[in-house]
Amino acid sequence: MCLAIPGRIVELLPDFENIATVEVSGVRRKIDVGLLEDDPAKPGDWVLIHVGFAMSKISEAEATDQMRILAMLGEDEAAMKEIEGYGLGGGGA
Amino acid sequence: MQPAPKIRFRDKQIEMAHGAGGKASRRLVEGLFLPLLGDASAGPLGDAAYVRMNGTRLAITTDSFVVKPLRFPGGSIGELAVNGTVNDLAVSGARAETLVVTYILEAGLPSDVLEQEVRAMAAAARRAGVVVAGGDTKVVEHGKADRMYITSCGIGRLIDGVGVSARSVRPGDRVLLSGPIGDHGITILLARGELDLEAEICSDTRSVLPLIEAMAAVAGPGIHWMRDPTRGGVATSLNELALDCGLAISLAEEKIPIRDSVRGACELLGLDPLHIANEGQFLAVVAPEFADAALATLHAAPGGEAAVIIGEVRAQPAGTVLVSTLYGGTRVIDMLVGDPLPRIC
Amino acid sequence: MKFVDEFRQPELITKTAQEIRRLANPGHRYRFMEVCGGHTHAIYRFGLNDLLPPNIELIHGPGCPVCVLPMGRIDDGLSMTENEEVIFTAFGDMMRVPGTLGSPLEYKARGADVRIVYSPADALKLAKANPDRHVMFFAIGFETTAPSTALTLMRARALGIRNFSVFCNHVTIIPAIRAILDSPDMRIDAFIGPGHVSTVIGCRPYEWIARNEGKPIVVSGFEPLDLLESILMLLRQLNEGRAEVENQYKRVVPWEGNRAALKAMAETFQLRPYFEWRGMGFISQSALRLHDNYAEFDAEERFQVPGIRVTDPKAAQCGEVLKGVLRPEQCKLFGNECTPEHPIGALMVSAEGSCAAYYNYAHRKAALTELMMPARAL
Repeated sequence: MCLAIPGRIVELLPDFENIATVEVSGVRRKIDVGLLEDDPAKPGDWVLIHVGFAMSKISEAEATDQMRILAMLGEDEAAMKEIEGYGLGGGGA
Repeated sequence: MQPAPKIRFRDKQIEMAHGAGGKASRRLVEGLFLPLLGDASAGPLGDAAYVRMNGTRLAITTDSFVVKPLRFPGGSIGELAVNGTVNDLAVSGARAETLVVTYILEAGLPSDVLEQEVRAMAAAARRAGVVVAGGDTKVVEHGKADRMYITSCGIGRLIDGVGVSARSVRPGDRVLLSGPIGDHGITILLARGELDLEAEICSDTRSVLPLIEAMAAVAGPGIHWMRDPTRGGVATSLNELALDCGLAISLAEEKIPIRDSVRGACELLGLDPLHIANEGQFLAVVAPEFADAALATLHAAPGGEAAVIIGEVRAQPAGTVLVSTLYGGTRVIDMLVGDPLPRIC
Repeated sequence: MKFVDEFRQPELITKTAQEIRRLANPGHRYRFMEVCGGHTHAIYRFGLNDLLPPNIELIHGPGCPVCVLPMGRIDDGLSMTENEEVIFTAFGDMMRVPGTLGSPLEYKARGADVRIVYSPADALKLAKANPDRHVMFFAIGFETTAPSTALTLMRARALGIRNFSVFCNHVTIIPAIRAILDSPDMRIDAFIGPGHVSTVIGCRPYEWIARNEGKPIVVSGFEPLDLLESILMLLRQLNEGRAEVENQYKRVVPWEGNRAALKAMAETFQLRPYFEWRGMGFISQSALRLHDNYAEFDAEERFQVPGIRVTDPKAAQCGEVLKGVLRPEQCKLFGNECTPEHPIGALMVSAEGSCAAYYNYAHRKAALTELMMPARAL
């Protein structure tokens, strides 16, 4: 029910207010972008699609940030283990 | 090995689900047709029946085609009617030789539409190397047949060295898939034009006999089971196998081939590609010592380049099909319950 | 697929799962409720339970709009098909849900004009294309879906369409969460918040959960990495003694929500004073009906509906499973009288319902957990 998927806006249809063509893995569908009126969608934008409507724009910056943070997981821990391994006495830093 | 449970058909009326190829279809066949018409000792149901005539073993099958629309990217009902039956025989280990067909036509059907389909059937028969030896035609009133329905019945001799049965499947056997899934079912859905989706997807309808013959030439004795995953998709075919052989099938998700566009369409529509019909693919369960040779042969054959080993047979959990991800998550995939789509074949 | 595949990268998933195991206090049993049916579905589809340590339990909440729809309402919607001109439209999710006299698909088999749509806009298109028929759209869903129905109503008015109506069964998530927390026997440590509902309502509506109830809540996306990161964030909050609302799904969820969506909803809907949730009883201010200004599109105004309340058999323990008090397999009817093929209660009816999801996935797996190994030897 909460199925929403990312798609890229390919074009805004000139004859229809609020209708855009969106592409998902090479498949194109017409969707309603009326819910994005505060920050209108333009070709090239990525949006989240749910039951034929764009719900929100997708921020590439936030997505990249998230990946970066997750990739660093365990690095602090690894660094600490390495320091402990030096056998300098006392607990971890 | 446990026998499949006995199912009695208690549904009050026939629903679309009973023709969808999934659980409801199985309930109907096992609960109504089999007890009344079938031979209980004949073993698990397959795509064809084996008969012996004058010492020669033959396979015979029948299938009906009710697809709407009649024409779609990649094919039409006339082609499906040939390829579908040739494929049913091929996955039963037989080389189709002769077909007989029935046309049920709706009054008001333009003759050129009919001619187009008969031509398509003739071309498909030539390509598949079969003869359409005869048939029957009936005309029903306007509104009673969705333009046209075709039934085709095929007969063929067994391919040397191939004997398939769910009973020969063993833990350790590999599961081979001939190519990407979901093309046909999605094509039909889009061709109905109700959806406002555009995609470059076409039906994969073709005869898989040449590929199966090539595979049989090197791996014949190792081919334990085959099926063409039509209605109900790969998930349904493998679930039927798991139930029939009382073993488990374990698939690796990342190995299952799906075209990007089919995946995109499935995501947009909330459909699972594993449940979508295919008309030009087959599954083969092959003993491990033959699996690599079988795969290599398919790769070298025209149309077999995309074949891949997608999983293996295990002892447990019995009767279940599992899909696992690269990161260690697993899920059970079930047989289709009813129709995910309008009629597709 | 962009914005999907990156969140399914095996190495990052493994890393995040390892970090979860590192942070989970072995002496503690964690019970996290994921509120939304889409999350339930994702958890099973990606096999995420396999990646969590045994002392983290995910409880499936009431966020499955099909599951919580009382059978009487399905009967009401289907009764409209007695009018020959009606085309009954609904999402695929509704099609197999049983009413007293059958499901929409069964009505279709008996001759009713029942059609699947993938969007309320499709239903409106159908109305435009069939001026001599009346198209009724059976609307279900939480705040994720309600704005789409709202916009469709506004479009219908702007186009002057007269042969279109909506049978509104939209429900709201906050009262459901409140009902869960008010329940004396509930034991939930923290919440995984509904990611797509939050694209509409934002994150503010959850602040009382953290502030007044002292429960952490992380608004989560739907990919494996999203859910795992959210669980990690919940663990960190609990370990650090915090109870806050956090947004894990930042790439899509704005803290303030979607103003245009909320405005459309305010124009076309009103809150019902109360509404029955299957398995949970009546909850006040928890559902939407069409605004008086849109009465001409209200199917309940246009058609006389029986309005009969249908109660589930007493033996069905849907309510307790919904609140996380019982696990699906602990319900007496689970797997016997009540299965996906013949569902007795709400949670078995929809593929997202916790019982159906559990049945299809874990019920068969549970018998042989030790024997399962991923198919890596290929």
